[in-house]
Amino acid sequence: MEFAELIKTPRVDNVVLHRPFYPAVEGTLCLTGHHLILSSRQDNTEELWLLHSNIDAIDKRFVGPLGTIIIKCKDFRIIQLDIPGMEECLNIASSIEALSTLDSITLMYPFFYRPMFEVIEDGWHSFLPEQEFELYSSATSEWRLSYVNKEFAVCPSYPPIVIVPKAIDDEALRKVATFRHGGRFPVLSYYHKKNGMVIMRSGQPLTGTNGRRCKEDEKLINATLRAGKRGYIIDTRPLNVAQQARAKGGGFEQEAHYPQWRRIHKSIERYHILQESLIKLVEACNDQTHNMDRWLSRLEASNWLTHIKEILTTACLAAQCLDREGASILIHGTEGTDSTLQVTSLAQIILEPRSRTIRGFEALIEREWLQAGHPFQQRCAQSAYCNSKQKWESPVFLLFLDSVWQILRQFPCSFEFNENLLIMLFEHAYASQFGTFLGNNESERCKLKLQQKTMSLWSWVNQPSELSKFTNPLFEANNLVIWPSVAPQSLQLWEGIFLRWNRSSKYLDEAYEEMVNIIEYNKELQAKVNILRRQLAELETEDGMQESP
Amino acid sequence: MEHIRTTKVEQVKLLDRFSTSNKSLTGTLYLTATHLLFIDSHQKETWILHHHIALVEKLALTTSGCPLVIQCKNFRTVHFIVPRERDCHDIYNSLLQLSKQAKYEDLYAFSYNPKQNDSERLRGWQLVDLAEEYKRMGVPNSNWQLSDANRDYKICETYPRELYVPRIASKPIIVGSSKFRSKGRFPVLSYYHQNKEAAICRCSQPLSGFSARCLEDEHLLQAISKANPANRYMYVMDTRPRHRMQSWWATQKDIGRIILNAMANRAAGKGYENEDNYSNIRFQFVGIENIHVMRSSLQKLLEVNGTKGLSVSDFYSGLENAGWLRHIKAVMDAAIFLAKAIMVENASVLVHCSDGWDRTSQVCSLGSLLLDPYYRTIRGFMVLIEKDWISFGHKYSERCGHLDGDPKEVSPVFTQFLECVWHLTEQFPQAFEFNEAFLLQIHEHIHSCQFGNFIGNCQKEREELKLKEKTYSLWPFLLDDQEKYFNPLYSSTSQKLAVLEPNTVSFNFKFWRNMYHQFDRTLHPRQSVFNIIMNMNEQNKQLQKDVKDLESQIKQHKNKQTDGVLTKELLNSVRPESPALRTSLCLKEQTLELPVNDALRTVEGSSPADNRYSEYADEFSKAEPAVVSSEYGVARMTC
Repeated sequence: MEFAELIKTPRVDNVVLHRPFYPAVEGTLCLTGHHLILSSRQDNTEELWLLHSNIDAIDKRFVGPLGTIIIKCKDFRIIQLDIPGMEECLNIASSIEALSTLDSITLMYPFFYRPMFEVIEDGWHSFLPEQEFELYSSATSEWRLSYVNKEFAVCPSYPPIVIVPKAIDDEALRKVATFRHGGRFPVLSYYHKKNGMVIMRSGQPLTGTNGRRCKEDEKLINATLRAGKRGYIIDTRPLNVAQQARAKGGGFEQEAHYPQWRRIHKSIERYHILQESLIKLVEACNDQTHNMDRWLSRLEASNWLTHIKEILTTACLAAQCLDREGASILIHGTEGTDSTLQVTSLAQIILEPRSRTIRGFEALIEREWLQAGHPFQQRCAQSAYCNSKQKWESPVFLLFLDSVWQILRQFPCSFEFNENLLIMLFEHAYASQFGTFLGNNESERCKLKLQQKTMSLWSWVNQPSELSKFTNPLFEANNLVIWPSVAPQSLQLWEGIFLRWNRSSKYLDEAYEEMVNIIEYNKELQAKVNILRRQLAELETEDGMQESP
Repeated sequence: MEHIRTTKVEQVKLLDRFSTSNKSLTGTLYLTATHLLFIDSHQKETWILHHHIALVEKLALTTSGCPLVIQCKNFRTVHFIVPRERDCHDIYNSLLQLSKQAKYEDLYAFSYNPKQNDSERLRGWQLVDLAEEYKRMGVPNSNWQLSDANRDYKICETYPRELYVPRIASKPIIVGSSKFRSKGRFPVLSYYHQNKEAAICRCSQPLSGFSARCLEDEHLLQAISKANPANRYMYVMDTRPRHRMQSWWATQKDIGRIILNAMANRAAGKGYENEDNYSNIRFQFVGIENIHVMRSSLQKLLEVNGTKGLSVSDFYSGLENAGWLRHIKAVMDAAIFLAKAIMVENASVLVHCSDGWDRTSQVCSLGSLLLDPYYRTIRGFMVLIEKDWISFGHKYSERCGHLDGDPKEVSPVFTQFLECVWHLTEQFPQAFEFNEAFLLQIHEHIHSCQFGNFIGNCQKEREELKLKEKTYSLWPFLLDDQEKYFNPLYSSTSQKLAVLEPNTVSFNFKFWRNMYHQFDRTLHPRQSVFNIIMNMNEQNKQLQKDVKDLESQIKQHKNKQTDGVLTKELLNSVRPESPALRTSLCLKEQTLELPVNDALRTVEGSSPADNRYSEYADEFSKAEPAVVSSEYGVARMTC
């Protein structure tokens, strides 16, 4: 097997593992095709199992015969291994390097992983587009499922099934696709049952410098408006960026050609700007020696929270158009695979109570990220420590999760899930034993036969034993629209992600446990009181019967 | 009141502080002898105590009226638009007068009447008994005794009458030392650690500028170190930044005071007490800035966070420039150093700054709080404030600007202390019996002048003002309301938290939104986990009681039944139960379900679901459009 060639030294004894806030552990280091394992062979000390694919970068150092490897993970953890013997150390380092940067997707762990749990529900079939559509079709007949992209020929990054206006036939869709970036013609993202308004998303229109038009595109977009209604087009790029895009064949909708629509430009950053922001933020969080001024200035310079604010603001704006202004919206940036999805999915978190439940949130990820063609493979190839700065690497999904966390913090009782679910999704988007986040779109996932060859993340998450970890004990269904505050004073650094490995959370964890205990105790007492009351009532009626005859 | 010319103005607008679209509420403004009151069209009342007003500004006239901006010491900022300029002018002038009183006797506390009789009031004042507190610490003992040297405030006017000093320090030594210390504030006991037999002592700076050394002072310090049997080395913590000390020495030299050359050279880098003259002491500078730096730091902080449409970048660079969190961290680091000296090295520590009533109070009280879980209870925290702040002469009236006085004496020293405590509650959510609301409430009352505790600058002054006869103490009122201030997660049993060891890495310090934006509710989370858990905890107590009651009732019934079994059997034999009767029983049981739940609900007040809901349903109607619409306004402009 190929892995054996890559593993130069499969086993080294007397390796010492250093992790912050844990005592050093001495043990045997083993390399397998997909894991780095350190086992102390003692009872009650946990073993370290690290997926090679979770390794973002490694550094090595030598002091005499003692080698040190510092492993920096995609989940921002940093661990240190002291390895006796220079040769062993070099071998281990180069093996890790090779194994953590495998080229072929089919060599990735999900293709080898065999679940140790019984699959009750196959996650690959948990969120079928047809089922999702049924939720809408009961409320409206203005939309239909289209199979025009069945062979991925019209739009390679779209799923085979999309929701489009009923009045528009597949032929028109094919024409619209030629007018939109990446063939991403406008499709339905969300239907607001309260007033029938919708969120659509697409790629940018390919107007170019000479102001190209597409009658079918105009017709499609107008078909979604009711008579006399106006709509908003939210372009996630600032106006000048959208204007510059025309030189490259892209562009934006001219209001003259879409008279019922008003265009709003926002500025959500993309690509390397976000990646650099993440790198700066993680660097700042990892340096504990900063004085206060340095810390605050580095936190500010990272711009991470500025990006969060921008994304949340745009999502609030979208939600406001729908819910307050009673207007439908179309959202796009350039490709419509990044900032567009951040906005459409967050708007749904704000508007739609279902998307705040565990299942609803999973469905949202499936619909608005996986099916919608967010290129996970490219975006999450590397994380904050990697030196190879590729243009397509970008923490777009992490920013989305962070934004959800911000809303969750402001509405701690309105979500069925807790922070752990968000952290888990972040981890699995970057390194996983499951196939869910492999590939860049449905077309690639089909070719890889992920459904047949790998396990879905949802199959694992949705087991009752796992679900309990992700359940928010404070959840109380809230059917209202939830409007977060986007003021800088209301936004916070997501400590659960960025300070996770840099501080001991012992006291916070204990306090959380105590909180759960109080809630559990409350439930228990309520149940007990109810039982006792019933008992008493029975006794009273019995007494009554004894006395009455 | 002679200051009030207009008592009521109608059609006044209250602007939303952060709304860029100038959203406002219309209502009526009333001016009373003690409060400014605004009642909006939804009958919501906003009360502003005159004493809370820090700044009133009348801005340039606009088309809609005359803007009046009021900034309060509890960080409320209100922006009114008064339709007629004349009214605005009247109110402005009245508020200027009412918010700055010239005499103590005009403060609210002297007219506040909570309808208690004299004995109740006296009991209230006796609630915190410092003699008891020293007893609790374990003094007097073989090494420490109560000194009567200051019984008549003869040695030090700003110290309390009762002071604890080392047993071997004789009165002449104390008197001699007090002459060598600024304002006569000689080294005395602040906290005694019973297990370690180590002490926290406090004093003011030595006046080494006048005379090179003072044998009595050296003796007194030696006595303190000897009073600690475990470690004869003691720390002297100068809480001031070293660089400021150096410049101080420079000015001393400039004005040509008598300083021995050798001393000046040595001390230039070191500070005050000359290490050569004092045996067994170690110096430590901890670098907390003075009251003026702190005042302007807070000013900068408030300027930043009061900005409309603030960007994230401006917020964080503003936080950095204000330096506020840096100062908070400095105070915390000093307290940690103090606690460690006692816990790890078993050493006694003498803390001082310049006069020993600002930074010294911060460090001594916070250090004691880290060491002793008692101070982390509701009662203990009151005692701590009485001891290290009130009795040792923290100048509340000057620092809080109770009277119209020198604005340079105003400084948020005590606010910083409260903020440090808040940061500790964030790091150790289970270590404190009280919650954030308790800290906020105390902060409210250091400025309110509603109670006598914080009026005046030292005990002597308070006695002269006859506060105990003429005003009420805050503490009994807080205790009466203590359910509001309980931390539901508090765990008194967790022994491992006996000594708190906070981590002061910079990222652990956060902007205290609930203090500085207390009244800006749009910025807060819309649901509070804390409130829910607090209510649930209360509910649990009631439920426990219910369970007990029900169980005893059931027991009674069962006893009755066993008594009645015979009769029952008799009855049954006479007339067997008919099926009709049985069904009726079932029906009855089902209908019983509802009243059962109802009963429960009336007992609790409301179900947790209800609580949760009302909490932000209120928010929704008002706050929610403001938040987004401000952004929306921006968005529209960029179209």
